[in-house]
Amino acid sequence: MVKDKTGAIMVVGGGIGGIQAALDLADSGFYVYLVEKSSSIGGKMSQLDKTFPTNDCSMCIMSPKLVECGKHLNIEILTLSEIESVTGEEGNFHVRLIQHPRYIDIDKCIACGTCAEKCPKKVADEYNTKLIKRKAAYIRYPQAVPLKYLIDKKNCIYFRKDKKCRACEKFCPAEAVDFDQKEREITIDVGAIILASGFQPYNPAISDSYQYGRSPNVVTSLEFERILSASGPYQGHLVRPSDEREPKKIAWLQCVGSRNTRIGDKGYCSAVCCTYAIKQAIVAKEHSAIPLDTAIFYIDIRTHGKDFEKFFNRAREEIGVRFEKSRINSILPAHDEENLEITYLNGEGKVVREEFDMVVLSVGIDIPKESIDLAQKMGVELNHYNFVSTGYFDPLRTTRPGIFVCGAFQGPRDIPETVTQASGSAAAASSLLSEQRHTLTKEKEYPEEMDITGKAPRIGIFVCHCGTNIGGVVDVPKVTEYASKLPNVVVAEENLFTCSQDTQVKIKESIHERQLNRVVVASCSVRTHEPLFQDTIREAGLNPYLLSMANIRDQDSWVHRSNKDSATEKAKDLVRMAVAGASKLSPLYRTKLPVTKRGLIVGGGIAGMTAALNIAGQGFEVILVEIEKELGGFAGNIRTTLQGDNVRQYLAGLIEVVKHNEKIEVLTETSVAGFSGTKGNFKTVLGVGASMHHREVTHGALIIATGATEYRPKEYLYGEHESVRTQVELEGMLLTEGEKIKGWKDVVMIQCVGSRNNSNPNCSRICCQQAVKNAIAVKEINPDVNVFILHRDIRTYGFAEDFYRQARQMGIHFLRYKEHEDPIVEKAEGKIHVTFKDLTLGREITIESDQVVLGTGVVAGDTEDLANVLKVPLTSERFFLEAHVKLRPVDTQSDGIFVCGMAHGPKTIDESISQALAASARACRLLSQDYIEVGGIVARVDPELCASCLICVRACPYEVPFINNDGVSEIDISKCQGCGICASECPAKAIDLSHFEDMQILTQIDALLEAS
Amino acid sequence: MRLTYPDSIRIIRLPCTGKIDVIHMMEAFRKGADGVYVAGCLEGECHYLAGNLRAKKRVEYTRKLLDEIGIGGGRLEMYGIAASDGPRFAEVAEEMHEKIKALGPSPIKGAIQKGVLL
Repeated sequence: MVKDKTGAIMVVGGGIGGIQAALDLADSGFYVYLVEKSSSIGGKMSQLDKTFPTNDCSMCIMSPKLVECGKHLNIEILTLSEIESVTGEEGNFHVRLIQHPRYIDIDKCIACGTCAEKCPKKVADEYNTKLIKRKAAYIRYPQAVPLKYLIDKKNCIYFRKDKKCRACEKFCPAEAVDFDQKEREITIDVGAIILASGFQPYNPAISDSYQYGRSPNVVTSLEFERILSASGPYQGHLVRPSDEREPKKIAWLQCVGSRNTRIGDKGYCSAVCCTYAIKQAIVAKEHSAIPLDTAIFYIDIRTHGKDFEKFFNRAREEIGVRFEKSRINSILPAHDEENLEITYLNGEGKVVREEFDMVVLSVGIDIPKESIDLAQKMGVELNHYNFVSTGYFDPLRTTRPGIFVCGAFQGPRDIPETVTQASGSAAAASSLLSEQRHTLTKEKEYPEEMDITGKAPRIGIFVCHCGTNIGGVVDVPKVTEYASKLPNVVVAEENLFTCSQDTQVKIKESIHERQLNRVVVASCSVRTHEPLFQDTIREAGLNPYLLSMANIRDQDSWVHRSNKDSATEKAKDLVRMAVAGASKLSPLYRTKLPVTKRGLIVGGGIAGMTAALNIAGQGFEVILVEIEKELGGFAGNIRTTLQGDNVRQYLAGLIEVVKHNEKIEVLTETSVAGFSGTKGNFKTVLGVGASMHHREVTHGALIIATGATEYRPKEYLYGEHESVRTQVELEGMLLTEGEKIKGWKDVVMIQCVGSRNNSNPNCSRICCQQAVKNAIAVKEINPDVNVFILHRDIRTYGFAEDFYRQARQMGIHFLRYKEHEDPIVEKAEGKIHVTFKDLTLGREITIESDQVVLGTGVVAGDTEDLANVLKVPLTSERFFLEAHVKLRPVDTQSDGIFVCGMAHGPKTIDESISQALAASARACRLLSQDYIEVGGIVARVDPELCASCLICVRACPYEVPFINNDGVSEIDISKCQGCGICASECPAKAIDLSHFEDMQILTQIDALLEAS
Repeated sequence: MRLTYPDSIRIIRLPCTGKIDVIHMMEAFRKGADGVYVAGCLEGECHYLAGNLRAKKRVEYTRKLLDEIGIGGGRLEMYGIAASDGPRFAEVAEEMHEKIKALGPSPIKGAIQKGVLL
């Protein structure tokens, strides 16, 4: 008999990738072991100050996920743990782990910080990149999960000096210190493993030419993140380490530990450094009280991510960040020893010597030795740069069946791509173990809700410092003191971080001890933190709707930094309003509705088909809708990938598998005509076949995978001259017209055609790789041909850099032309003349070419109709907009609707596959639930007041209200979207929107405008 | 983006501008707000399809009422701002602040200088 697979999954690495994978898996019915080698989860993202391109605070967007992970019933976090061995096979692995002692009992520690306060031993703080000291008894960072202190054995006086000291043990109020803890061996059975161990920043000390380690004012980019951070060594004041004075000039040197085969074999592009350097320069300028000169020294600016080009444009055009195209390999100390001198060639080709107060080394993504060892222990193969080796069309599967990978250990990538891959790897693992769903999970039981009817409001208010985010501007103690005197307030407390796990415990204790029946949190945005606090009060027996929040950060301290007094007054106003509103809150209840366990996918290209197969593999039915006659999408035009994989063969195979999968129904020549319902229960009207007959289908989730199209050039004689082609057209010729290609002498390829210009400000991401691929192919067919690639930056990010290098070694010429000075393409006898100003030579060049090939960009397809029907927003370039650029990259703003592939933005095939799997994970997270809860904030009709005037029936944009058998208006709560339009239109005031009742709004207005 | 805008603004949250009612706006003026503005999605881009268009009508109606009773309809505005457009949000706040400053305190007795954003 075959042994049953195990319904648990191990995620190795607790950074943002591991966290996302763990949450997706645990939410869709698997028990997760999240293994982290340090003392807390959070990874590198927890050390970042801001994230590009929105410059959101990294910790602010991440901390809800940290807490969610920490609180999740089906995620077991194993910190200080390392994998020793993995035996068994796909479906049934036995993992042996070593857990190192914390020397503090995790069940007893209350995170009061006394141990750290009393500890006499100071050591360099790794979290703050050793720029400041911490104690030997410490916590990595204030929002750490689990929020438990630990003792660093290597530095602890007790362990080093004959068992003396013990200060922490003596003062710990919880008796949590335990010097006798021993290393523990743990064996865990899991069905699959996801590797998410991330990266380390490249160590520039390997090369001695950067003054790193010699001059304190040469820092790595991660060190600079800490310098910028409000929780960093200088509390967010931009100063340089040597004298703690504000720098006037800062330089960023790109490609330190990237695109360099000479030192340490880092031949790849790290793909994130250009964008983070731009972010740091912008943030530094914002932080600086004096005008700050920022210069970024680069080879190519690679802002190839979605909407990143606009970020780059804003930096140079509006904010005044300087970009100097020059690779810097060495720095010299300046005369005064503290400044640094950089010598470079400027735009006019002149040698310039410039002094800077500070230099930031934009270090690349590197794989640590421990990860290499880990891969070896797990039997997973690595590529030539020590990243996990995966197949092009199966980018998340390692060489060992049952072990998957996501994030930077698979290749250099940024946060959204890591989050995407994390969800994608969860989908791949779930598909493997789908029969074992819900076999090992536990269910959360909330205590019975307290009945608060007829009870006078007893409000507890928790005012957050948010580190220095709020506390640095608003006088939090004063606001708390003020709040304590407001009507109905019985508890008013201030917290360093109200969202941290220990504060949740405190809030719950307060609810019990002081019989609170309403809670107000004065902190940040409901958008990010309401679910967390609602869950906390629910755990204490309060209805989740008895929470009110005052946003004294986004609406106050962040935007009124310059006037602390008036910001404090505003905080009081907002708190008074929230407290008054809270006293009028009443409990709301939700009802359970069964989920339609079927997915609908719109678009039958590689992304749509990949998602369909995965959803089917996870055990759910799928309807796959394609507008064309055949499946395949844009990939049908592509012959091979840059890496040489056969796309046509793969595509043909994929189409066959999809067509024969019994859980997938394929509908070609079909489009979406109508759409209604809510997540878990949608109803879509399809126009099927050539006759467009209407068919209604029900489904629980929807994935948009409608792809994109190639820009059709109007420039460069395209369509007028037979020898002007697009890269896609050239690719079509490679197989069939080799003889013609052999006759070419000079080929000119022009990049950024229809991209990075006024009509399309975005980079199309894939065209540089395409040009390099086709240039190599042409050169292989005809070694004597001259290939010239005219470009603005070559953006072969990640491992694609290898092929750029290969192309250069083959003698392919890469020449730069200037923005706004596009090459001129003219007909000449038998030839085409291409004239442009070469930036390196600084003069005009004319190439007589046989063939001109245009690197045409990617433009959105006809997305507007679908976006209108589904009511989901588009970007200004008409790609579908994700719910959050960093942390919800495949969700749309409408629950239950997801997006993947080129419909989301330009991307390569392997990236589309990862994203399709991610969309599938998000969809299956929903489809795997038996019920979803509806209700809560919905409109309700008072039948006594209803005059049956039909105004609500006509006003509702979703056509929900109807006149029932009693002759009065009725609203189906499962359909109500909670907008409140009917309530405001109703002339009899018979309708009220719960949680936003007129009385509640008026109370807030009155409280706000009370003379304070 | 943390763009700075005038600290005279206080925000009252509604699920959609479609929920704004004449009584909410009038109550704010009655309690002494010097100005009120309603910030919603751009026209044609309402998350709830047409809530902002309904709000616009109610705002126009309320402006007439304010003119009639001598407070002045100019103290009430409606703006469409895309959710992703932080700079525009700050710009609108600045614009409204300057406008109300030019109009001076509300004629309602006991008025305090404050703008309210619904």
